[in-house]
Amino acid sequence: MSDDAAPRFSPGDRVQVRDDWPERRGPCHIRTPHYLRGRTGTVERVLGAFPNPEDLAFARPAPRRVLYHVLFDQPPLWREGEPGDQVLVEIFEHWLEPAAAPAKEAA
Amino acid sequence: MSPPPRPDSIAGLERLIAALKAKGIVTEEELAARQAQTDKASPETGARMVARAWVDPAYRALLLRDGTAAAEAMGVSMAGAPPLGVLEDTPTRHHVIVCTLCSCYPRAVLGYPPPWYKSFAYRARVVREPRAVLAEWGTVLPPGVEVRVVDSTADYRWMVLPLRPAGTEGWSEGRLAALVTRDVLVGVALPQPPVAAAAE
Amino acid sequence: MSDPDRTPATHDIGGLSRFRCTPVEHDESPPDAFGKRVDALRQLLAAKRLMTVDELRRGIESIPEDEYFALTYYERWLRSITALMLEKGVVTEEELRG
Repeated sequence: MSDDAAPRFSPGDRVQVRDDWPERRGPCHIRTPHYLRGRTGTVERVLGAFPNPEDLAFARPAPRRVLYHVLFDQPPLWREGEPGDQVLVEIFEHWLEPAAAPAKEAA
Repeated sequence: MSPPPRPDSIAGLERLIAALKAKGIVTEEELAARQAQTDKASPETGARMVARAWVDPAYRALLLRDGTAAAEAMGVSMAGAPPLGVLEDTPTRHHVIVCTLCSCYPRAVLGYPPPWYKSFAYRARVVREPRAVLAEWGTVLPPGVEVRVVDSTADYRWMVLPLRPAGTEGWSEGRLAALVTRDVLVGVALPQPPVAAAAE
Repeated sequence: MSDPDRTPATHDIGGLSRFRCTPVEHDESPPDAFGKRVDALRQLLAAKRLMTVDELRRGIESIPEDEYFALTYYERWLRSITALMLEKGVVTEEELRG
């Protein structure tokens, strides 16, 4: 564990999920659901570092990546739903970028 | 009900197992031992953990901080199991667990996932219309309670710590555990208060 | 991809409209004998370091869409486990023809 890189994000940080679609480029295995690509959320907690499943799935050497619990408002994802409802999802650090201040995604 | 496997699937499984046995990779005894071990896990374990957390603040803190350690404290072997996380319901927040990508489920403390948890309808719908799905269980949240859908996508497995129902003051752990069903631990249902309290 | 409801991967079904009107069938039954045996085999092969759960998932995800939705849950597992054992040369096509 001590060899793991320090987490890039902390609880409360605004993050954007990469708007990337590797499954359209060829065989792959990813754990970031389609409905979160390009979406902005808030880091809820750092869950630790785990071998990258994108490598494990192909029996390649799998460097450890930091995993976060990231919280998203649910209505903007689907343009429906109850204000205040949220979706909490485990996302690996290499899928996340720093995001602008929260005001942007209000509504 | 899910349909039975096709005859060619059953035959295919036995051919694969036979080939693996012929190479000395698996034995029938090992398969039987694995299955027996897996059959032992049940939601009663998760229910006991919740009941303990309701009566013991130190255990509650451990459960929320390190679900894996809390399971081990109840005598569950977590060796080789994914880490367990436990999410706490509050008077204004309710959790419900799903895995939209496959069927991640805290098997060590809940046993085999039920067919509905693995169904396409549950996986597809609960992240988008959680309240409609909960309503199909007869679960209607009180006003002011927000839903947090937990999409279990990676290395953790998640379980819900529900609110202790009113009217259960002084109850034993065993009696409390009986209120905590598998549906409650996944978050599609709430623990039902005792009849006297419900009748008010 | 012009159709917003077509996700790029078959298994990635969160929010898909095609299931919108499908009630969740409250089937509580434990796996049947076939399912339990596939489950035990997967655990055993993982314990023997012949496959990981990530490889199992990758194998399930590569099942063509019509079959993915037609096969039962543990049939998808078996399909993936069998493909992995062949891919890794643990068993051969000939041995499985039995």
